[in-house]
Amino acid sequence: MNSARLLGRWVINSILRLGRATVFLMSTLVGVILIMRRFSLIVQQVFAVGVLTVLIIVVSGLFVGMVLGLQGYNTLVDFGAESSLGLVVALSLTRELGPVLTALLFAGRAGSALTAEIGLMKATSQLAGMEMMAVDPIERVMAPRFVAGFVAMPLLAAMFTAIGVLGGFLIGVGLLGVDSGVYWTSMQEGVDVYDDILNGVIKSVAFGFVVTWIAVFEGYDAVPTSEGVSRATTRTVVIASLAVLGLDFILTSLMFSEV
Amino acid sequence: MSRNALELWVGLFVIAGLAALSMLALRVGNLGAVNVTDAYKVTASFGNVGGLNVKAPVTMAGVKIGRVSNIRIDREDYSAVVELSIDRRYNNLPTDTSAAILTSGLLGAQYVGLEPGGEESYLKQGDRIEITQSAVVLEQLIGQMLFSKAQGDG
Repeated sequence: MNSARLLGRWVINSILRLGRATVFLMSTLVGVILIMRRFSLIVQQVFAVGVLTVLIIVVSGLFVGMVLGLQGYNTLVDFGAESSLGLVVALSLTRELGPVLTALLFAGRAGSALTAEIGLMKATSQLAGMEMMAVDPIERVMAPRFVAGFVAMPLLAAMFTAIGVLGGFLIGVGLLGVDSGVYWTSMQEGVDVYDDILNGVIKSVAFGFVVTWIAVFEGYDAVPTSEGVSRATTRTVVIASLAVLGLDFILTSLMFSEV
Repeated sequence: MSRNALELWVGLFVIAGLAALSMLALRVGNLGAVNVTDAYKVTASFGNVGGLNVKAPVTMAGVKIGRVSNIRIDREDYSAVVELSIDRRYNNLPTDTSAAILTSGLLGAQYVGLEPGGEESYLKQGDRIEITQSAVVLEQLIGQMLFSKAQGDG
């Protein structure tokens, strides 16, 4: 009986949270239109969310590409198909690994920072203070961060993929002796600009939207204590990562199912 | 950090992101390769296209000159009609050019190979290639061989 009540409470709370998150998203989107006048606020957030994330994205992209080159080569060479190495590296990066890994890293690096910052603003009553001064915190604080995440994510994913392809090139051509021309030609033959690259970009835009939404909302909705903020930060990383992986499956089955 | 430095960093970030995107489109993707928008279309009907796919290459003498843009069934005679988009640079194919569906390697992907004829007039947009050779379906071939062998024994 008691466990049934607990389940009921959990369901009601989840639906309430979902409702709050949706209302929050709507008012943030309205705030986004209003904040376009104060462009410098957005630039500031693109720096915090995007530029400071570049290093981890570039390094991970390079290593993921190098591992793909190494593993792909070892598997393909058994079938005498090492000439397709470029295709294997490029397709796995543009379609899946680029957008997904970037989104996971983005949630860990930028998402958690967003939640902690906003949660702390709430805990120290800065948001309430803004409201006292008739400044809408959603428009002034949330909207620029939201736009920044939305803009930065596809650019970061593109960098990840490009660096990954170069990493695969470094290992495949530089170390394992695949012909450089063959590496690039097999890639250009098999990778379609619309089917593969554009769909990858669409994926990263969707992930950027979801991760930033979750991060900003968790901060805004955090219990205003130090424990609450730490819990909200953890929740951002966990929920955002799960959402990215689940969404990735849905998008993949929508985009690449009909051949 | 001063506002100028901040703006500079964000500018560099956006430039790097766009550069990565254009590198993906041009170097990794096929945007820089054969431009299919500047192409003319001819059709060819086959009895059987085997495993030919849309976007399969169209080659002449082993050089890629276009792509398969559409495959459909002719409602009249139930043959497969394959639409070929051929690069405009190669607009001097004779009208008696023949088309064959070939396989690269024993198990490789299928493509359309064109063999030029000797006519003076050239193929234009919307023309039809009359001389065609269908795909070789390996299972049918083996079946026929076994059948004729069994008949020979009997």
